[in-house]
Amino acid sequence: MKNKIIAKATAVALTVFVPGIAIAGGPVDDELIIDGDINMITRAAPPEGHPLDEVLSGWLYRTEETRMLETDTFENPGMLEVEDGAELWNTVDGSAGKSCASCHGDAEESMAGVGASFPKWDEASKRPINVELQIDKCRTEEMGAKAYKFDAPEQKALTAYVKNQSLGTPVAINLDEGDMRSWWEKGNEAYYTRTGQLNLSCASCHEQNNGNYIRADHLSQGNVNGFPTYRLKQAALVSVHNRFRGCIRDTRAEYPAAFSDVLMALEVYVTWRGTGLSVETPAVRQ
Amino acid sequence: MSWKSRTFLACLIVGIPAVAAADALAPADVKFDDMSVSQSLTGQPGDPVKGRKVFADRKLGNCLACHAVADQKDQLFHGEVGPELDGAADRWSEGELRAIVADAKMVFSEETVMPGFYSLNVGADVRKNLVGKTILSAQDVEDVVAYLATLKE
Ligand code: HEC
Ligand code: HEC
Repeated sequence: MKNKIIAKATAVALTVFVPGIAIAGGPVDDELIIDGDINMITRAAPPEGHPLDEVLSGWLYRTEETRMLETDTFENPGMLEVEDGAELWNTVDGSAGKSCASCHGDAEESMAGVGASFPKWDEASKRPINVELQIDKCRTEEMGAKAYKFDAPEQKALTAYVKNQSLGTPVAINLDEGDMRSWWEKGNEAYYTRTGQLNLSCASCHEQNNGNYIRADHLSQGNVNGFPTYRLKQAALVSVHNRFRGCIRDTRAEYPAAFSDVLMALEVYVTWRGTGLSVETPAVRQ
Repeated sequence: MSWKSRTFLACLIVGIPAVAAADALAPADVKFDDMSVSQSLTGQPGDPVKGRKVFADRKLGNCLACHAVADQKDQLFHGEVGPELDGAADRWSEGELRAIVADAKMVFSEETVMPGFYSLNVGADVRKNLVGKTILSAQDVEDVVAYLATLKE
């Protein structure tokens, strides 16, 4: 508990810190090594058909202070919610009297590398599902528990805990299963569709302008390898669909529902764009 | 009471500028000729002091999100998405500046990321309360253009 308060206080202090007038410059030349022994891949060769020359983690676009927080598990404020996730993993819930651990045992073994391969094709629902939806599937079908509400603290914590078991594993999704390719296509289309009164697409900011400042924000490639991500601004974990909705809202557009077809398609496509980057969950961003 | 003075009174009461929206050109009626809009959108001169504020205000032009300009060094954080605007008035005529602000796509290309500030050529799924509305009012555009016209080197 004491740790929690200290970490939250650090986060708040950092948000108030003003770095002064933004200076030009793309990604930094720096290496992300967590706890002195996990060498993270923050630069990767793009998969075939990718529009950029190099795939870069959002970590390379953050300030030194923010980057440092991610290099140490004890300083990473997102780890507190990951610990909540560990507790939920072992907590019995629902009419079947089971916890996640009843079926999957020790997450460090059973979940190692799993988070790096989502979204995945789900034959039953005939659509791709992400970790959040897989957890809901287990809860409703195996545990006799209710699906979580979107962005419930438990949903973010458990998703982050599962993904954290892949820390360092390169993102690699399987587009050969089911209809994944047509969802990739739909996501590709959404990525280049200009929305809102400001008339901007994901590509306007993250493809054409990554490395540039947009007012105080240093634009990255908008990769999702760090989600759920700890945002210093919000002092909490932020889910990937929350981030997508925020970016769409910023174009002054109506934003789609979480887990809707268009956001699932976008998650498939954007995850593919980050192929080869290490899973960083919980990444730390501003 | 004459029609004119009545409008004037009404404006005073609700606190809106004396130039009623009805006097302004509708976005669809703005004429682009050779990358230039020669006619004022309101028939009123722009106010460069107001324009300077509209330029920086995040809720209005938010031009600083994308453009740096030395004249506004007092503001933290200038963006880099578009070119620096020092000397913009040496490079562009007033009509061209009005065209760029009203609808940059008519001057650069459909591909530009610069939003059209007085245009209804917008993206998909515009937020409901903004449908049919422009980012800036016609007079805001005139004020910003008057401000840009001061950016000489
Ligand atoms: C008007 C500019 C703008 C548009 C348009 C935009 N974004 Fe963003 N996005 C940002 C900014 C600013 C950030 C925070 C800085 C960063 O990480 O790039 C961000 C961050 C992100 C992140 C987090 C990256 C990380 O490393 O944590 C993702 C993912 C993302 N955006 C995806 C998208 C997607 C998908 C779209 C289109 C649906 C989109 N963005 C459209 C401005 C934009
Ligand atoms: C989202 C980004 C963005 C915003 C917001 C924006 N611009 Fe631009 N602007 C650009 C880009 C990019 C260009 C360069 C043309 C191109 O490459 O498409 C440009 C070009 C210009 C130019 C011509 C510059 C030169 O010297 O060649 C002027 C003048 C200008 N903008 C004024 C403004 C004003 C005034 C506002 C606010 C009312 C504004 N811009 C808001 C992106 C932006």
